This record gives sequence, structure tokens and C-alpha cells, in this order.
Amino acid sequence: MKNGAGKIVVVGAGPAGMAAARTAADAGAEVTMVDSEPEAGGQYLRGRARFDHPGVTHLKNTEAWLVEDNTLHLRGPAQLRFDALIIATGAYDRPLPFPGWDGPGVITAGAAQALAKQGVTLAERVIVTGTGPFLLPVATALRDLGATLVGVYEASSPTRWLREAKAITANRHKIAELASYRKVLPHLETRTAVIAKHGDRITVAKLDRHWRPVSHRTEHADLVCVGYGFLPRTDLVPDAQRTNDFLDVDEHQRTSVENVYAAGEVTGIGGADLAEAEGVIAGAAAAHQEPPREAVEAVRRGRLFAGALARAHEVQPGWQTWLNQDTTVCRCEKVTLGNLTGATSMRELKLTSRVAMGRCQGRICARNAAELTGVPFDGQRRVIAVPIPLGELAALPEEKS
Amino acid sequence: MHPDVVVMGAGIIGAACAQALKARGLDVLVVDRHGPASGTSAAGEGNVLVSDKEPGPELELAVVSRTLWPELAEDAEWEEKGGLVVATTPDAAEPLNAFAAKQRAAGVDACELTAAEALQQEPHLNPEITAAVHYLQDAQLNPVKATRTLLRGIRITRAEVSTTDGRSVTTKDGVISCGAVVNATGPWARSFGVNVLPRRGVVLVTTPIPGTIRHKVYDADYVGAVASGDADLQTSGVVESTQAGTVLIGSSRQRKGFDDTIESKVLKALARKAITLFPMLSGVPVMRAYGGFRPYAPDHLPIIGEDPRTPGLWHATGHEGAGVGLAPATGALLADLLTGAAPLLDPHPFRVDRPEVLV
Repeated sequence: MKNGAGKIVVVGAGPAGMAAARTAADAGAEVTMVDSEPEAGGQYLRGRARFDHPGVTHLKNTEAWLVEDNTLHLRGPAQLRFDALIIATGAYDRPLPFPGWDGPGVITAGAAQALAKQGVTLAERVIVTGTGPFLLPVATALRDLGATLVGVYEASSPTRWLREAKAITANRHKIAELASYRKVLPHLETRTAVIAKHGDRITVAKLDRHWRPVSHRTEHADLVCVGYGFLPRTDLVPDAQRTNDFLDVDEHQRTSVENVYAAGEVTGIGGADLAEAEGVIAGAAAAHQEPPREAVEAVRRGRLFAGALARAHEVQPGWQTWLNQDTTVCRCEKVTLGNLTGATSMRELKLTSRVAMGRCQGRICARNAAELTGVPFDGQRRVIAVPIPLGELAALPEEKS
Repeated sequence: MHPDVVVMGAGIIGAACAQALKARGLDVLVVDRHGPASGTSAAGEGNVLVSDKEPGPELELAVVSRTLWPELAEDAEWEEKGGLVVATTPDAAEPLNAFAAKQRAAGVDACELTAAEALQQEPHLNPEITAAVHYLQDAQLNPVKATRTLLRGIRITRAEVSTTDGRSVTTKDGVISCGAVVNATGPWARSFGVNVLPRRGVVLVTTPIPGTIRHKVYDADYVGAVASGDADLQTSGVVESTQAGTVLIGSSRQRKGFDDTIESKVLKALARKAITLFPMLSGVPVMRAYGGFRPYAPDHLPIIGEDPRTPGLWHATGHEGAGVGLAPATGALLADLLTGAAPLLDPHPFRVDRPEVLV
């Protein structure tokens, strides 16, 4: 160990995690980067990243499941002691339910993109539906694989961006990025969404500004890819303070938990360049160095864009009218809208309807169920971040290592 | 608004008291800072047990409750699954059989089984067990649904009570005057004058394996852990399925205030003990863990009765980990005492005026 920078553990090897690991190692810290995938890159750079740094031990195919004081517990079981921990575990897609969303031929936009990046051809006729600029690269990837794009449906109105001049001015490169999606832009329809699917017959609706359908038509497609923004993966720090489920961080990317930093989409959705800049700051701060000015400036600009993105593509309550009483809300436990009980808290709702009690532990449905019933969404406090066999728990070391 | 009785706490005990008082014609208002079953009641397994109680007042309360529950537990996933208590060491066999014999003398349905018979009941049980007792009366329900069922038709206000004088309760929104107040705030009851402490417990939940485990199965050393007052971590193997097919694994007991951090040493101990009972669980994933705080009185008996220092203030708390099982009889006893009716069982052991209870 040099410079007293200490042992730093980074969880996640996407743009934020890689930047954090590199920066901390360059500052002299002993760095371990833990990631559940076989290669670095995360969701964004899947299969396209090269990560190699002499100061970073990269643990691949490794899942972390509990933070306990200054120890990170890994599957195996194994433990890593740290002086500072950087959470860069990213986010996953939020689907919205509609009649037929739980049947075959519906996947999240993120899953579609991941499969496309592996060269998997998914279907002949595809629809991408949801909100946010992320729909465009997904549609592009599917089209490049030879799929016929039936439509790319953006539920929000593009005019919402007109109120965000400041964010746009500071982030011209983001607008330039749109040009790279020009092949799919002709398929883009705004204020539009898939609101039902019966076999290959897809009900496509025009929406008002609250996302209530005002008219609809039928399209034919084999695959519908759904993405209504993202939910952060924050299970390792269930007690950290958060806003709207994203982790709160200070100017050094510190969370409210001592010695724990966060970078990237766990703090808010703003794209890979913001994630990378946050990673640089977290890596430097965790290693007791002053963060580079360029990174601080990039984060300032990126947050302006992230804020505008969150406002322009905020999920509107009209989606709740797309469901029938028998529409599935929770796929794991087969809970329909009609099964959702009147409850005053998320816990009461879960224990009386079993919504969010299944394998996904509410990652997919809890937020939607909360909005449908009006109970406060308290961010799900999952104290075990990934399922772990009892035999592995029984094999934990006697005393904390 | 001038109810006859304000019940503080909308957990299973508060709900049972409110239901019993309402059944006797009183106008009841329930006040809770979070809503129905938002504390200890939702943090357990929903057990209605007679098997873990030695003959004495608590067992009497449990037996009466057990007869009342089936009628009250409508729509609450009531299941008469039965309990299977097993000894896992040679030394534990004789005390388990002796304990069961004492319970039988007190009217509990406890049948000693051979290891082969026990394995017929629970095919995945560790064949190395040294003794087994089958308790037919042990049952389970969904505690949140049961709480809601009991509270049907009863007014609930969401508010936190700061003080009470037995004739009114004070909340942030004002003072509610009433004829009497019931303190059913579980592990938080100490704020209202009785010596109840939180005793932490953690439950592991596996992915669903429906039909694999049929009874509530637990290690005979559980009874010793329940009766202990030790502050240090104590664990005992307690395993059962829910109707959804998940397996619940307990139990742990720790006194550490209201600290709800999950500790790996607790997870490890629970996993080891569960695998001792059912070796096949070794490969089954745990998908979540949850914890709660049992309301614990130092002499291990519930507190049911009027506070001699504050006329009009009644307590119904201190049920530790057995609140679901003891709720209906607690509610009925409290309602009998409060209305001056003949009590359905001897209230003396549960009185508030006990040296360990008054603070």
C-alpha cells in the first residue's frame, strides 16, 4: 500500500466502476473490482470494454451479497475487507404492466439490448415501447441484427424537452448522439405506447400528456421490448439515504454510510459519460485525493442533463388505466391488479397480496404496485442482495475476517 | 370523538383487544403510528403454538387462544399443520420426552414418535434424530391478514401517542378523551410505564419448494432458548413452509435494543441449525431475510391488566414471540377485566403489579 490510500473495493465493472477502480489504483490504493459478469463493461459496454490495470484485481463472475461493517461478503463464501467501498452496481429497466405483458414475446429493453450485443436474433417484427433516449440504441441494435422495426414508441411528449434549454446547452454532445440513431428515428412516434398484447396483435395507443389513451390501433409484432426508465440496484446498502430510490451522494460521491461511496446510475440516470466522471471522483475521494477538476465539471454538466432527463421522461400516472382487474402486476407470485388489497404500507400490501414476495423480490413490480395502490414506495430494503444457498451461509467463517 | 376505549397499537394484540371490546358492545378507536400489523406482528411466522410452552399460566392462555382462533382467523390462511419437535442429540431425547409427558398431563395433545414415524411425517428430516414429539394442535396463520380480520369494522387512526393518563391520549393532532386506554404497543410499551424490552429475531426465507416441509419442525433446544433471559445471541433450528411454498427459518434471540442490522453470524447460525434438521436445505437458496423485535418482559409472562398507578390505563403486552398464538385469549381476558365480567381464566399471573414489570 502506498500513500495511505488503503484497500478499496469497487462493486460493478461498468463505466463508473472501471473509472473508479482505475482512479483509485492510480492514486496508490490496493483495489479490488468485483463484478458478476465474465467481462468488464457492464450493461453499457457489454463485450466491448477492455479492462486491464496492474493495480486492480478484477474478480469476474463474482456476486456480492452483504456489506457488514468493513467487510464485503461475496458468494463462495468469501470476504473482502475494505477501507472504502464504491458501489457502482448500475440500474435495471422498469417495465410497466399492460394486458399481455407477462406472456411470451415481451422483454425489457435492457434484456433486448444485452441479447442483441451478443448477436442473438430475437424476432422478425419488433416494437420498442417506453420512455427515454435509451429506446433508440435498443431499436438500433435490433435493426442492425436484421429485425423489422414495427415502431419505436415514446410515451412522453418531445415538447417537454423545450423547458430544458439550460441542460441542452451544457450537453450539446448528447444531442449530437441522436444522429447516430438516424436509421431508427423515422420509426419513432411520441405520445404513443403499447397498452395491450394478445398473441402477435399489439394494441398501440396515442396518449394524452398524462399517458391516458386517447385512441388506439392494432399492429402486428412478435416481440415487444419495454423500458420505462430505470431503477437503481442499491441492495448492498439498504440503510443508505436515498431520494426516489437513487442513492444520495455528496460532492465526493460519499453516501450516508461511512466509508461507502456510490457512482454511476445508482445515484441517478445520466448516461455513461456522467457515470464515468462520477467513478473518477469516487475513486479519487476514496483514495483520499482531490478529484480532478475536469471530472467535477463533467459531473456538474451531466447532472443538469440527468435532471432534465428525469423530468422530461417522468412516468405519468395514466399508465394505470392500461390495466384490467385481471392484468398481472407481479409475475413471480401471479398477483393481478384485482388481487391488490387496500393497504397503508408496502409491507402490509406485500403480506396480504404477496405482491413483490417472489423470486425477483419486487425488483420488477414493487414500484408499480405502490403506484397502483397509493402506498408509499419506501425503496425495498433487501438485506440479502442476491439469493444464496443455505449451505453457503452455514460455511461462513466463525469470526469476521 | 369520545370512544369508550382507545387501543394504542394496531398489531395482533391491539387488534384482538379491540375486537373483544367491540364484541362486548364498547365503542373502540385504535391508534397506531404506522397502521395495522406494521411492527412485530408482521415480522414473525404467524405461529399459534402450544408445543413450546411448559405447563403454567402461559400454556393456559395458549390453549384458550387455540380454541378461539379458528373462528376468528377467517380469510387469514389458517392452517392446522401440527408441530414436530425433534431432539438432535442423544442427550436431548430424554428431556424432550419428559417435557411432552408434563404437557400431556396439562391437556396438550403430544404424541411421541419413533424416528421412522417422524420420517413418515417429514420425509426430508435428518434420519439421525434421537426423539420426536408430534403436537397436533400447533397451527399457523397469516398474521397481517389475521390482524386485518380482527380490525374489521373498527375505526383506526394513524397517529403516534406521546402520553396517556388513562382517560385520554395525546397525539400531535390533539387530545382524544375516552373512558379507558389499552397499551398494546408491543416492544414499545415501555414508554407507557411497563418494563418491556425488545428482543431481536431474524427469519430467513427460501425460494419456494412447495410440499417439501409439512409441519412446523423445530429443535427441542428451542424451549430452552425461549425461556432464557440471556442478552447474547441464541439460536435454535425452527423450520416451516408457508402456503406460498417458501420455507421460513428461525429462530434467533438477541437483546441489542432496536438495532435492526443484519449480522452474518446470525445468518450462519440459523442456516447451520436448519440444515441439521433438514440436510436437503443446504442447496436451497435464501432469497430474503427479515427481522423484528419481540416484546419481552423479564419474567417471561405477558402483562394483561389495569395499571395500579394509573386508573383507566390497561396493558396488553409482553407476549415476546408468542403474540399471535396468545392474542385471542389476551383480548378476551382484557375485555372481561375491563368490563367487570367474570374472567375466562385466572388473570393473577399476568397482573401489572409484578416487581419485574413496574418501572
